[in-house]
Amino acid sequence: MIRWFKVVVFLGCLGPLARLLWRFFGAHPTDMQTWGAGLGANPIEFITHSTGDWTLIFLLATLSITPLRKLTRQPWLIRYRRMLGLFAFFYATLHFLTYIWLDKFFDLHEMLADVAKRKFITAGFTGFVLLIPLALTSTRGWIARLGGKRWQALHRLIYVSAIAGVVHYIWLVKSDLHKPLEYAFVLGVLLAYRVIVWAAPKFRAKKEPSLPVRGVKTSEG
Amino acid sequence: MLIKKPSDIPSSEITPKSLYLNRRKFLAGTALAGAAAMTGVGGLAFPPAARADGGGLTKINGIQKSPFSTTEAITPYKDVTTYNNYYEFSTDKDGPSQLATHFRTRPWTVTIDGLVAKKQVLDVDSIIKMAAPEERIYRHRCVEGWSIVVPWVGFSLSELIKRAQPLGKAQFVEFTTVYDLTQMPGQRESVLQWPYTEGLRMDEAMHPLALLCFGMYGEVLPNQDGAPLRMVVPWKYGFKSAKALVRIKFVEHQPATAWNTQTPREYGFYSNVNPQVDHPRWSQAKERRLGEFFKRPTLMFNGYDQVASLYSGMDLKKNY
Repeated sequence: MIRWFKVVVFLGCLGPLARLLWRFFGAHPTDMQTWGAGLGANPIEFITHSTGDWTLIFLLATLSITPLRKLTRQPWLIRYRRMLGLFAFFYATLHFLTYIWLDKFFDLHEMLADVAKRKFITAGFTGFVLLIPLALTSTRGWIARLGGKRWQALHRLIYVSAIAGVVHYIWLVKSDLHKPLEYAFVLGVLLAYRVIVWAAPKFRAKKEPSLPVRGVKTSEG
Repeated sequence: MLIKKPSDIPSSEITPKSLYLNRRKFLAGTALAGAAAMTGVGGLAFPPAARADGGGLTKINGIQKSPFSTTEAITPYKDVTTYNNYYEFSTDKDGPSQLATHFRTRPWTVTIDGLVAKKQVLDVDSIIKMAAPEERIYRHRCVEGWSIVVPWVGFSLSELIKRAQPLGKAQFVEFTTVYDLTQMPGQRESVLQWPYTEGLRMDEAMHPLALLCFGMYGEVLPNQDGAPLRMVVPWKYGFKSAKALVRIKFVEHQPATAWNTQTPREYGFYSNVNPQVDHPRWSQAKERRLGEFFKRPTLMFNGYDQVASLYSGMDLKKNY
């Protein structure tokens, strides 16, 4: 059952790519003249925006697994976290390839200038690069090799990567911040959850030092 | 003032015909692009569609040709009418074409006021009849890094200015776009200060290239492209060409303009197309002509060198 459901989720995650290809090839896939027309007047921009959007969506989906699993007490959700994370990396790779191939056409000089000069490129590139070690160490073998604690620490890089991704979006829009701020809001909520989970026990421990005393009394009574 | 003859496209800009591909041969282009990278052949382009057709709107009669027109391939009508920056309707490129369908362009009046001998409110149809319509096939470069070639229809703004008889004190012209919340949903968003305003220095406004435009592709302007009356200033970034004009005002001081007010550091009053002055967040050295696979180099003043004399002695890095 779970095995089957995983296949369904996997195929669903390929949906955005399928949609892109479907629109690219259009109603007449054998007629090369019509290719790209389904993506509008600026197909390369369309591909760039679409893969960028889906990278962020998958990053946020990955980050929502833990809160969802804990709040709804559905531990099985954890089985989907790696898949979603790898799809975030998959779409990020497509996004990056669109940039170096279709936009910059492998002009290394221009790309380096971009990374150095353009804040939004620097942020996006950082976000992408940080995902690489996470994708590489996503296997069971690597978890064992690194040990759970160290593996977990390494994989907290996804927080930095997601922040870099959202900042990348905020920095590149001309004036309408609606969409990037929607992503920023969701990311903010997901990160706030973690801060609360991390801080709450410490906060309680400090605030209620009398707790053990009371405990002693009860045990006596 | 020296006004040079309109220049032809430099030969460096012309793609050898043998390298043309069919317009939408996208993947083929991609594959060839790889080959080109290896062999060092540049300048590959999707092939210009033949003379682009209009959209079945009202034809404009008696259009004259203009020596200012480029011979470059005209961008397909569909692209020019579905890929629009028109924030009064939407910030999505495909939004204006959907949301402007029922925009009312008649009755429509334009106020001519400020420092003029005769302040007046003119019906747009009487403005259109002021001078003979000309077809001006211009390059149009957006500040975002894409460009199109459009056969606009209109006449030089100077025709209207001469008739308005500005006073000697008038140094600038301010353009105002219509403000109508009932018809322009984008104006509910505070992405820019509404109504949209733009401006030109008087000598820029008097330059024959500055076009008062009411048509394209031989027809009246579609709503999403700025109907019923707009400016086209081909040597400046697209946002300098205000759409759906309701007011042309002559003023003494440099007027506040929409994008300059929004982000002064990124959008200057002049905003001449200039490959050497980058937008603070992206390069302006190249542009993607819609329908072409490779980016092409952006030309100074968008290739309209005849305006250079307007800015002689000015530091265009400071006056971006």
